[in-house]
Amino acid sequence: MAKLRQCAIYGKGGIGKSTTTQNLVSALAEAGHRVMIVGCDPKADSTRLILHSKAQTTVMHLAAAAGSVEDLELEDVMAVGYGGVKCVESGGPEPGVGCAGRGVITAINFLEEEGAYDEDLDFVFYDVLGDVVCGGFAMPIRENKAQEIYIVCSGEMMAMYAANNICKGIVKYANSGSVRLAGLICNSRNTDREDDLIEALAAKLGTQMIHFVPRDNVVQHAEIRRMTVIEFDPKAKQADEYRELARKVVENKKFIIPVPLEMEELEELLMEFGIMEVEDETIIGKTAAELAAEAAAAVA
Amino acid sequence: MQDVERIKPCYPLFCNDDYKVTLKHKREQFEENPGADKVAETFAWTTSLEYQELNFKREALTINPAKACQPLGAALCGLGFHKSLVYIHGSQGCVAYFRTYFNRHFKEPIAFIADSMTEDAAVFGGQKNVHEGLANASRLYGAEMITMSTTCIAEVIGDDLNAFINNAKSEGNLDKDFPVPYAHTPSFVGSHVTGWDNMEEGILRYFTLNEMEGKKPGSNGKINIVPGFETYLGNYRVIKRMLKEMEVDYTVLCDPEEILDTPADGEFRMYAGGTTIPEIKDAPNAITTFLLQPQTLEKTRKFVEGTWNQEVPKITIPMGVSGTDEFLMAVSQVTGKPIPDSLATERGRLVDMMTDSHAWLHGKKMAIYGDPDFVYGMVAFMLELGIEPTHIVCNNGSKRWAKTMDKLLASSPYGAQAKTYPGCDLWHLRSLCFTDKPDFLIGNSYGKFIQRDTLHKGKEFEVPLIRIGFPIFDRHHLHRMTTLGYEGAMTILTTLVNAVLERLDDETRQMGVTDYNHDLVR
Repeated sequence: MAKLRQCAIYGKGGIGKSTTTQNLVSALAEAGHRVMIVGCDPKADSTRLILHSKAQTTVMHLAAAAGSVEDLELEDVMAVGYGGVKCVESGGPEPGVGCAGRGVITAINFLEEEGAYDEDLDFVFYDVLGDVVCGGFAMPIRENKAQEIYIVCSGEMMAMYAANNICKGIVKYANSGSVRLAGLICNSRNTDREDDLIEALAAKLGTQMIHFVPRDNVVQHAEIRRMTVIEFDPKAKQADEYRELARKVVENKKFIIPVPLEMEELEELLMEFGIMEVEDETIIGKTAAELAAEAAAAVA
Repeated sequence: MQDVERIKPCYPLFCNDDYKVTLKHKREQFEENPGADKVAETFAWTTSLEYQELNFKREALTINPAKACQPLGAALCGLGFHKSLVYIHGSQGCVAYFRTYFNRHFKEPIAFIADSMTEDAAVFGGQKNVHEGLANASRLYGAEMITMSTTCIAEVIGDDLNAFINNAKSEGNLDKDFPVPYAHTPSFVGSHVTGWDNMEEGILRYFTLNEMEGKKPGSNGKINIVPGFETYLGNYRVIKRMLKEMEVDYTVLCDPEEILDTPADGEFRMYAGGTTIPEIKDAPNAITTFLLQPQTLEKTRKFVEGTWNQEVPKITIPMGVSGTDEFLMAVSQVTGKPIPDSLATERGRLVDMMTDSHAWLHGKKMAIYGDPDFVYGMVAFMLELGIEPTHIVCNNGSKRWAKTMDKLLASSPYGAQAKTYPGCDLWHLRSLCFTDKPDFLIGNSYGKFIQRDTLHKGKEFEVPLIRIGFPIFDRHHLHRMTTLGYEGAMTILTTLVNAVLERLDDETRQMGVTDYNHDLVR
């Protein structure tokens, strides 16, 4: 058995992490790899396309029902879906209460203690909530857990901000451990020169754009049926895109400690590609009256 | 009023008339004071079967827990290593509680470091506290290692000790080679025994995981002893003595026997005794590792088996006759050393004592509560003595523990009446002591409130407490006693039989009423 590779997928909320992860995982499973997905998001939508279900019953939900995590067995929380992919959702509280980060910690500890990682596995993928707001959501990249991080992004400004912020988080752990940035996955939003932009960003961070996943409606068609493209329409061109991504992940050797960009540097990049307007610093903090007076003075 | 020349404590001071009047006024003027009848009625209701049924339906509330939290166990574990400074990453108050808890039990000064996380640390993460704390602690107190555990606040926000400690080193807050083994010990998971196990595993892992090159089980000819959360200092001593008598070389992996029993000779000892780092590093070379509390050392067992490749002997806690037999025979088996006559004689003496006291202990009904392995060992010995265990409460016991207990109870006719209560607290036990009265209750100091409550119902309902367990705050020096081995069994037997005789004297002391049995010879 080859060494287990543990990968964490991060990225801005709504960027398509869960969809990309599940399609990627399906492609890996199709190629014969044994994979587990651990959803680290209270929304619990990281495994629905693999399981054809609305939302998998989560570790935390089952623990709450059983009284405590100690009362659970591995088979209670793990479901097997398309391609033999093992699925676990950590789960967490309703918005506005409790602590979702702790839910992630509890769930991953449970999986470790119950020997979920002792199984014959080639890959574990952690699909982590978009905005890494607290230490709990960094759990998947602690020592002895995920060593490779992929960031899903697109050519939109906020997605790139988020990617850069995630890199800042990675640096904190990378310096003391073995977690590394493994690449950016561009999930296209059809913005202008998107691939060039993400490649430029990747270069500045010291990493690579591992694959450019074009936009294709078949993803949505599959998703409506709670399926991945690989399963729904294996002949689709988009399925090949995910297969290509999977191949690149399998062969990936480029694991680095990222060099996050300073805010100004990132803004310069965005301006260079025309995503952000050049700011007029002279108008900041000036009232309408002052501007009118200045305009009048200029005319005079 | 207090008299300066003869200062009285609250008892018997409050028996004075002036205090009686004051307290009466306070009750009448400032307390809700529902009236004596209402209080008596409510009290009587809490002793009823009806109340017990409601009590056992409790879901979200613990009343009078019979367990402590993980970092308390981790702290005791850290104390057992040579020049090891216990450092708890978290809030000040938690750590003050751990210090006083051990102060009160061991009657010793206890030094634990807290890095005092406050509100800003809870928001921004506790890394800064760890950096400053390690910088100060490593320079100020002459420690050779720092054992770090966590309180709830650090766990809830997901602080990562591994990253924090390594960052502290790379930023120069402490020397790169200064050992800081650590364990995550969330208080809301498990209990103090879990925390002990986590810390032990953390320490063994820290010093051996990356140094397994050239290590081979059996190459140093020793055995390792992992005591678990052990608060009877005599137990460390008796295990060492028995192994010495067997001429078996050993390493106790966590040995706080000296630091918790320092002499008053004018010198304060911040550190005393304890397992040394070279001993830990050599531990993988031992023939095997004995876990003295095998039901609660799961993580340590996995590490010893998985990383050290040692086969951990399947024993139970060495308590009572067969428990000790099993331990000694296992030691003899793995080391090839015979069990010496001295131990056989000691065993014979114990069996002799058991037969001497048998008439008094036979059929006595005793309830018990405490940690999983302690309760298991005690019940096993009670069955050997012919005592009938009744209510067996283990607040930190799992369903698996209950199964193991049920198997033990089924092995003896004395166990037929017993029932195990995993996850139950002392308020559950209080109900049971009213509705199905045992003759005695065995446990830590907290059981005294059950004794008080049952006495309040009437002398004939009183369930006297026999103090064996942890913590014992209200009696002195019991922590120095021994409960393991044949020697420990003798102490337990002496304690139990004399409690029975003491009680009998108590009941037969009434002149002309019961003193026909107030015998000189028992």
